[in-house]
Amino acid sequence: MNNVADKTSYWNPYLSGVMLGLLLFLSFFLTSHGLGASGGVNRIAVAVEDLIVPEHVDRTPYIAQMAGGDRAPLSHWIVWQVVGVLFGGFVSGLLRGRVKVQTYHGPQISSRTRWGYAFVGGALMGYGARLARGCTSGQALSGGAVMSVGSWAFMLAVFAGGYGLAWFFRHLWQAGE
Amino acid sequence: MAPFDLQASIGSTGSYLLYLAIGFGFGFILESAGFGDARRLAAQFYFRELRVLKVMFTAIIVAMTLIFWSTALGLLDYNEVWVNPTYLWPGIVGGLIMGAGFIIGGYCPGTSLVSMVTLKLDGTFFFLGLVTGILAFGETVGYFNEFWHSSAMGRFTLPEFLHLETGLVVFLVVCMALAMFIGFEWIRDAVYGKEK
Repeated sequence: MNNVADKTSYWNPYLSGVMLGLLLFLSFFLTSHGLGASGGVNRIAVAVEDLIVPEHVDRTPYIAQMAGGDRAPLSHWIVWQVVGVLFGGFVSGLLRGRVKVQTYHGPQISSRTRWGYAFVGGALMGYGARLARGCTSGQALSGGAVMSVGSWAFMLAVFAGGYGLAWFFRHLWQAGE
Repeated sequence: MAPFDLQASIGSTGSYLLYLAIGFGFGFILESAGFGDARRLAAQFYFRELRVLKVMFTAIIVAMTLIFWSTALGLLDYNEVWVNPTYLWPGIVGGLIMGAGFIIGGYCPGTSLVSMVTLKLDGTFFFLGLVTGILAFGETVGYFNEFWHSSAMGRFTLPEFLHLETGLVVFLVVCMALAMFIGFEWIRDAVYGKEK
């Protein structure tokens, strides 16, 4: 894999952090909200669900508050932000020649294995993010910057979970001994 | 004074365009930082690469400092800024599940969007899982609603929790972040040897 070429074309992490911090501040300053991701995905998914099984949406309280009756799940700031993230990520990748079909996986596993684990990890992330009322962006990053106690506790829990389990899943990411 | 009443100043179309633009910047920065690549994200948990820690905590201290200064200068009304309400235990349990999802799946929700849109198949499978998990939560939260609303503390900030001045807390968080950057690099060098 061409790690060297990749590495030089990515931004320095501290520069990335400063840019992200400025954007986060601007977002709070202009709109009173920070950045988010999982909430937007949630609303888009529920909007699709509402097209297919509207009665079920009306009967299930958690999703009814977004899309029940004549509520419009997409009329919410976070949906627009998520659409923007898709565009921004695409344009950045396009400019650097990184838009291409491929699978990122550790040296010890196949693409297929990686897909399975990615799906399972995604499902855990989705469930956990709704349970915690926000994801790494909406809770840890945004809530962390405005000093929410719950967001800091959440952030510690994410890192604790990741570091606590890293040893058991090292074959997914690390080279063989 | 900021934050502004967007509905009144730029209308709903203008607001949506603004959110679209902020999202664009967010996606652009995440991709530029290398967060469309799960290997670089997961490497954080083996101390091999520290991008996640560096980007995230640099962003937090920059935004936090600017919010504190603009509040002190009377440009921003901190009381109008959205502070995630604290639901302590649901947040901690959700965070632990997400930590597991991170090391197993390699992305978080935002980074998976960027990965998927640059045509990474692992990012796409992660996203499909993400939607599944989100929908599953909506179906099952009814069974443990009481827990989901437990330990509610409302808008509860670090200065209130620590009984310290806000400026001092900002200073301490900045010091903690810098100490973490140095400490984690030290661990990385000890485990993998100095960078060439």
